[in-house]
Amino acid sequence: MSSSTGGLRAPAPLLARQAERGTAAPSAPPGGRRRLRGPAIQAVAVLVLATLPFLMSSYQVSTMTRILAFALLAVSVDLLTGVTGLPTLGQAAYFGVGAYAAALTALHWTANAPAQLLVAVGAGLLAAAATGWVAVRTRGIVFLMLTLAIGELVHQVADGWSFVGGSNGLTGIASPRLLPGGAPITLAGVVYWYVLAVFVLAYLGVRAVVASPFGRTLRGIRDNEPRMRAIGYRPAVAKFAVYCLAGAVAGAAGSLWITQTRFVSPGDLAFEVAALALLSVVIGGAGSLWGPCLGAGVVLLTRDYLSTYVGGRGSLLLGLVFIAVVYVLPRGLAGLGQRLAVGRRPGGEPRGVRP
Amino acid sequence: MSPVAYALELENVSRSYGSLKAVDDVSFAVDTGARHAVIGPNGAGKSTLFSVLAGTLRATAGRILLHGRDVTDEGEAGRCRLGLARTFQHSSVFLTASVLDNVTMAAQQAAGVSLRPFPLTRRYRAVTEAAFAQVQAVGLADRFAASAGSLSHGERRQLEVAMVLASRPDVVLFDEPTAGMSPAETHRFAELVAGLPPEITVLVIEHDLDVVFSLATAVTVLHLGRVLASGPPAVVQADPAVQSAYLGAASGDALFLTPGGTS
Repeated sequence: MSSSTGGLRAPAPLLARQAERGTAAPSAPPGGRRRLRGPAIQAVAVLVLATLPFLMSSYQVSTMTRILAFALLAVSVDLLTGVTGLPTLGQAAYFGVGAYAAALTALHWTANAPAQLLVAVGAGLLAAAATGWVAVRTRGIVFLMLTLAIGELVHQVADGWSFVGGSNGLTGIASPRLLPGGAPITLAGVVYWYVLAVFVLAYLGVRAVVASPFGRTLRGIRDNEPRMRAIGYRPAVAKFAVYCLAGAVAGAAGSLWITQTRFVSPGDLAFEVAALALLSVVIGGAGSLWGPCLGAGVVLLTRDYLSTYVGGRGSLLLGLVFIAVVYVLPRGLAGLGQRLAVGRRPGGEPRGVRP
Repeated sequence: MSPVAYALELENVSRSYGSLKAVDDVSFAVDTGARHAVIGPNGAGKSTLFSVLAGTLRATAGRILLHGRDVTDEGEAGRCRLGLARTFQHSSVFLTASVLDNVTMAAQQAAGVSLRPFPLTRRYRAVTEAAFAQVQAVGLADRFAASAGSLSHGERRQLEVAMVLASRPDVVLFDEPTAGMSPAETHRFAELVAGLPPEITVLVIEHDLDVVFSLATAVTVLHLGRVLASGPPAVVQADPAVQSAYLGAASGDALFLTPGGTS
């Protein structure tokens, strides 16, 4: 501190290297082994997921496909709620827009699934850009209410517009094809692999964004928005950008959803979907990306699979799971993983996962 | 444009809350490169004045010029981008992020990469290095990986300073930077300000008059929202109005004795 000269002094090389290590993985403390463990676990998880079609019945595989699509929706909710601190009930709208866009593409243009996916991503992005600028000027409960209103608005449009089938939705979607001129995919396992591949790519993309300077900006907005203004940020710009990105991711999820179900109705963008997606994020742990994916699995399995054992009262069961998680795991499943990791490293500091 | 002598000019700046004028018709100028202190009793309107200067609050009347440019209608972020940055009286940092992350937050905005959606590049490494240099400069180098929430009060004040400097301002507003600091930390802060490049203009609200009179090249005294006196330290120190405002009596010298010298 003897010759402190503001920002003009170059750091000592050794310390600079230290600094780099500290920020290469923004949420992890410096240290090589720890940085490698996360990707290793995720690679194993993807391998396990990829072998499921050999182990499961085709009904179970199609359930897994829907879980993956829903998990991507949960990732888009987490991008807003967990990373940027904007609780949202509006992502079902962009999920629905993507699903309808993909369905219309399938009915009127092509059965090519990647083409449907691109259209759905574009539609989700445009829909988010058209509606998001209202929401991003606000935060907290006002943001929640505005996104809820956007969701209900889009739901009403889908329900009342005969071009998209009104309350009947769109049916008669042909089996998807992966390549132009290729054979239609009818095997549940192949559809699953396609959805898994898109899911992994989208997940890695979102993870890269969260680790980028832009991701740091988003966490700053979550933690202390007034401070961001004082160091020259215009939070509304970053919030609008992440809102559009989340809309695109939700649109992709919608496309994956109908690749499996080959049917879309206003029910797919109803309030219940938005609520379940938010619930997945809370159960999984807002702010971590893999937590909400697990949360999505828990939510859909509870609602669709376990509910048959409790006389169809899946929602009741889901409510109980939610209460249990809030009490036992205030930071969700991701918080549990974090607690285990911290327990193994004495003196370790908790990572930046928020309830 | 010819260089303007004043880094910051206030022309009849007021901020009212209903009938209360927290800042009342304040005019003074800050020389480029000055170490300008704003002092005054509690409730004098110092912090309100800083918020008006930084753009957190809008002036209800008057003009604010930054390097001769009217910034009265600029928002807080806009003024920061024009080189005017502030620290907060009550430390305001990103509690879940590490010390280095906090400073990088400011540095990446100053470098114009805050919206880049892809990770590390060589250019970004330079941002991190600049941030780390700033962490070093305020004396937090050994704490760079600690989360800001685990810092002591004094360390958070240091972190505030690092964040502000990392946003590469040429006018810095320090709002009571040494409040709650230990004497050693206060001394280190004074050293830090003294070591800033001479082209950086510093405006500081300070209660520790030792610090004020060891650092300041100019002093402005606020009282009940108005400017009581403004000028070089020696002149302000001798001003009878200042002495009576601080002490309410004529036994003025005591105000400028070192702490411990009279008690």
